[in-house]
Amino acid sequence: MPGSILGTEVRRVEDPDLLTGRGTYIANLTVPGLHSAAFVRSPVAHAWVRGIDKAEALTMPGVVDVLTAEDLGVAPFHGFMVLNEACARPPLATDKVRFVGEPVAVVIAASDAEALDAAGAVVVDYDPLPAAVDLLGAVADGAPLQFEQIGTNVVAGMGGPADDGLTGAAHVVRAQLENQRIAVVPMEGNAIAAVPGGCGAGSVYDDYRMTVYVSTQMPHGFARTASAILGYEPEDLRVVAPHVGGGFGAKAGATAEHVCVIAAARHLGRPVRWVDTRSENMVSMPHGRGQLQWIEMGFDPDLRLTGMRCRILGDAGAYAGFGGALAIGPTRTMAQGVYAFPKIRYDVAAVVTNTTPMGAFRGAGRPEAAEFLERMMDIAAVELHVDPVELRRRNLLAPFDGTYTTVMGTPYDNGDYQRALDQALAAAGYEALRAEQAERRQRGDRWQLGVGVAVYVEITAGGGGEEFGAVEIHADGSATIRVGTSAHGQGHATTFAMIVSDRLGIPLEEIRLVQSDTAVVPRGGGTGGSRSLQVGGSAVLAATERVLDQARQLAATELEASAEDIVVHDDGRLGVAGVPSRTLSWVELARAAEAAADGGVLAAEVDFKVDGATFPFGAHVAVVEVDTETGQVRPLRHIAVDDCGRIVNPLLVTGQQHGGIAQGMAQALWEEVVFDPDGNPLTANLADYGMPSAAEMPSFETSNTETPTYRNPLGAKGIGESGTIGSTPSVHNAVIDAVAHLGVRHIPMPCTSERVWRAVQEARARGPVVPWSEPPALFDSLRRAGEAGGRRPEAADVDI
Amino acid sequence: MIPAGFDYRRAATLDEALSLLADGGDEAKLIAGGHSLLPLMKLRLAAPSMLIDIGRLGDLSFVRDGGDHVVVGALTRHRDVEIDQTLRDHVPLLAHVAGQVGDPQVRHRGTIGGSIAHGDPASDLPAACLALGASFKAVGPSGERTIDASDFFLGFLETALGPDEVLTEIIVPKATGAGWSFQKFNRRAQDWAIVGVAAVRGERTGISLINMGPTPVRASATEDALAGGASAAEAAARAAEGLEPPSDLNATPEYRVHLAQVLVRRALEEASAA
Repeated sequence: MPGSILGTEVRRVEDPDLLTGRGTYIANLTVPGLHSAAFVRSPVAHAWVRGIDKAEALTMPGVVDVLTAEDLGVAPFHGFMVLNEACARPPLATDKVRFVGEPVAVVIAASDAEALDAAGAVVVDYDPLPAAVDLLGAVADGAPLQFEQIGTNVVAGMGGPADDGLTGAAHVVRAQLENQRIAVVPMEGNAIAAVPGGCGAGSVYDDYRMTVYVSTQMPHGFARTASAILGYEPEDLRVVAPHVGGGFGAKAGATAEHVCVIAAARHLGRPVRWVDTRSENMVSMPHGRGQLQWIEMGFDPDLRLTGMRCRILGDAGAYAGFGGALAIGPTRTMAQGVYAFPKIRYDVAAVVTNTTPMGAFRGAGRPEAAEFLERMMDIAAVELHVDPVELRRRNLLAPFDGTYTTVMGTPYDNGDYQRALDQALAAAGYEALRAEQAERRQRGDRWQLGVGVAVYVEITAGGGGEEFGAVEIHADGSATIRVGTSAHGQGHATTFAMIVSDRLGIPLEEIRLVQSDTAVVPRGGGTGGSRSLQVGGSAVLAATERVLDQARQLAATELEASAEDIVVHDDGRLGVAGVPSRTLSWVELARAAEAAADGGVLAAEVDFKVDGATFPFGAHVAVVEVDTETGQVRPLRHIAVDDCGRIVNPLLVTGQQHGGIAQGMAQALWEEVVFDPDGNPLTANLADYGMPSAAEMPSFETSNTETPTYRNPLGAKGIGESGTIGSTPSVHNAVIDAVAHLGVRHIPMPCTSERVWRAVQEARARGPVVPWSEPPALFDSLRRAGEAGGRRPEAADVDI
Repeated sequence: MIPAGFDYRRAATLDEALSLLADGGDEAKLIAGGHSLLPLMKLRLAAPSMLIDIGRLGDLSFVRDGGDHVVVGALTRHRDVEIDQTLRDHVPLLAHVAGQVGDPQVRHRGTIGGSIAHGDPASDLPAACLALGASFKAVGPSGERTIDASDFFLGFLETALGPDEVLTEIIVPKATGAGWSFQKFNRRAQDWAIVGVAAVRGERTGISLINMGPTPVRASATEDALAGGASAAEAAARAAEGLEPPSDLNATPEYRVHLAQVLVRRALEEASAA
């Protein structure tokens, strides 16, 4: 519609509170009698627990109690989704600890400092066991078993189909790749406060048996999971997510610490809070990524793809963290990517290791697919002596608008990958970059130029696509939105208000968003998997349109006209189209609603279901310099063209692109969670863990193509994770491209200066080598998809 | 990230600091900017029972022209060292290095004396002082003494400063017009150097290395080679002679040796070009 606010840059209405210190983070919460929890954590990766002596800790100042698994009496549980039923985790370790950082006991004291001091005084008798720390070690013969009763560390898997399209291929290119484990590092870590009873004297919410304030992406999911674990009826537990300082996939579901804090508050009848420290966050919050990938791609004589075989090990960490399921879920779902593969065989196994449990991190399984596809394209281009862009062009799917089902069975909605690639290459000045690279190579410059390209497609809102949305008009003409998504930085208060304002003509500042409280929003899927605008926004739109229908009926009665003729005028008043002199304001409409004989209201609640997942796509070009003398990498430019369908607020889209690019670039260049061979974490603080700052980043050159989807009324696809998915492989490819003329074929991520330097040394000494070792034999015995025992775990299809 | 409990005293004068230090015994620690000590305390790697805050001894924050040398008060913050005109004119290496420490927050809180007294081999300022031939004035119960930088750094986080002494001044010979270079090779802007080099070439030549052993160290073999007339490249090839660099997540010893050689060569080239 002309003059629509949709598609315009609107500044975030959320920011004044955040910027002026009015955040409601859990660490800021004040509740009378609030006590602090501190966890006693295992310093060993794998051990029998022979005894816990809490005598001294109990005598320390401020200590209320020291609780162990026995005291809590909570059965082992799955905190988000089930990868393997047999791997349930007790909230506090019982007979065994399975990773460094696993909680063994919890101290409740009057202050954080007193709780922490007493935690240091709890003496635990550990009887150490050998640990299975890395994936290959965990699947080797005779590996230490995390769950003896399962008899293996492989806790889930599936394989097939048999035909991989490689037989008869003119060229087969293969490589062994690692998508390293990384930490999520939200600015606010995990935090929870559990308050027995309702939230305050005289409140209408006083009937609850427990009120939980928790830093989560999914308050309703949390309530459901925590109720089941702790034996509450759903109506007993109120869950509130106040301001949340970032989630990025790591704040889905209930962790062991969450469960302990609620159980402790119940056990002691006192309010208890836990706010993690950065050091414990780095070992206890689920990590992301963590896959070993053996990939073989076949090409015909014209360099067109004939097929691919993927053998993937997904690290689940301890207790079969649901992150292990991502290799079986979204990585598999998106294994075909943007290319015209006639056949793919995809064998995958999830493996438990004695490390921090794995979960989701921005992209959650899709970046791992895009990364191996785009690395393989570059490796193949070098081996087959063709420009990497040309090889991609030859194999990209042609533009389509209407369901295209991949050989993996994934129903893409629409896509125009060529267009995104063209736009990115044009913005980058690809030919000029290649010319400059050739000059530098010719001159033998110390700083060599690298250009990396990645084209990707991903899946958003793949987990069902239903959401609650409600809109209500008040007597003063203002509006309140209630919705089951749970924004924690994304800007829903701005975007959803834009949707309502666009349809109803109510100014943005008179529209309020209510979310993230199970007492006032009845249902909700939360925020994750880039679902919120397309699913939550569509629910808000549907509720808005129902309210508009109500208003038009009211206006028609008041104005003695037909409802079909009533429109919203530019001034936000309703009246007959073409008759601007007789109109009604929203205040007048609200009054009319109240006076209506049937007690009519201007309010609607809907449960809206979209027509399926959407598939954002894009192309990134990264430009880096590499110092051939030291291996130092300097990112120079990053060009991103991301297509998220119809754009509601370009400012927020750009912001998501920026954040995503930074986190994806960080995986390519700096970040990696490292354990020593005994399972001790070596990157448990931000001095050791290589999270970058703005100082390391180049300026980002972002733009979009806009291909609206038909699977939701807004035409929107997700944008929260795209930047991460496109940037990692493009930056990774750029680094290797910078030194490819020296014989370097691959460098594992992160491309640290020493790794780059060593790769150059080794290429000079031994010539080009693409990494490959025979994959473990277990892939041959995996059940085929569809066979008994070969089912996908529940976690495979969920928004995270 | 919560330190163990401790007592806190704020000293109003240097004498009061010395007397608190004498009373506090082994478990008392001085604190100024806190940017070395507090992180260790928060990780509970250090747990002093008493902190003596000398941060408000304003008369130890100064830069003074001493004729053939410049005196820098121990409580001068990195940012104030960085922008001081006397230092920029006569010891530009020190001013420049102060501007490379940590990040802006660190540079506005951390003090030069704190950095020297902490004696971290990965820190920038101790190595710069070594290269410049600085000396340090310490005041204790029995009076004051001056310690050459080359005698000051004894072992990992261990210095010649006595437990009852306070570092009060950094005395740096002027190197007006001398060539100099600072090469800091790190992973992220705010990180400690994986390897770093501070070099000054003029009437006196000093080359020192960051993070190439348990203390900040002189590249003695390189200095000797230069004295013997070797080229920059030849001298740089000997940068790591006799050193045992550490191994950590950022670098193996082998890579550190390589970096030291490359960075010393670059430093010598830059210092000569000045």
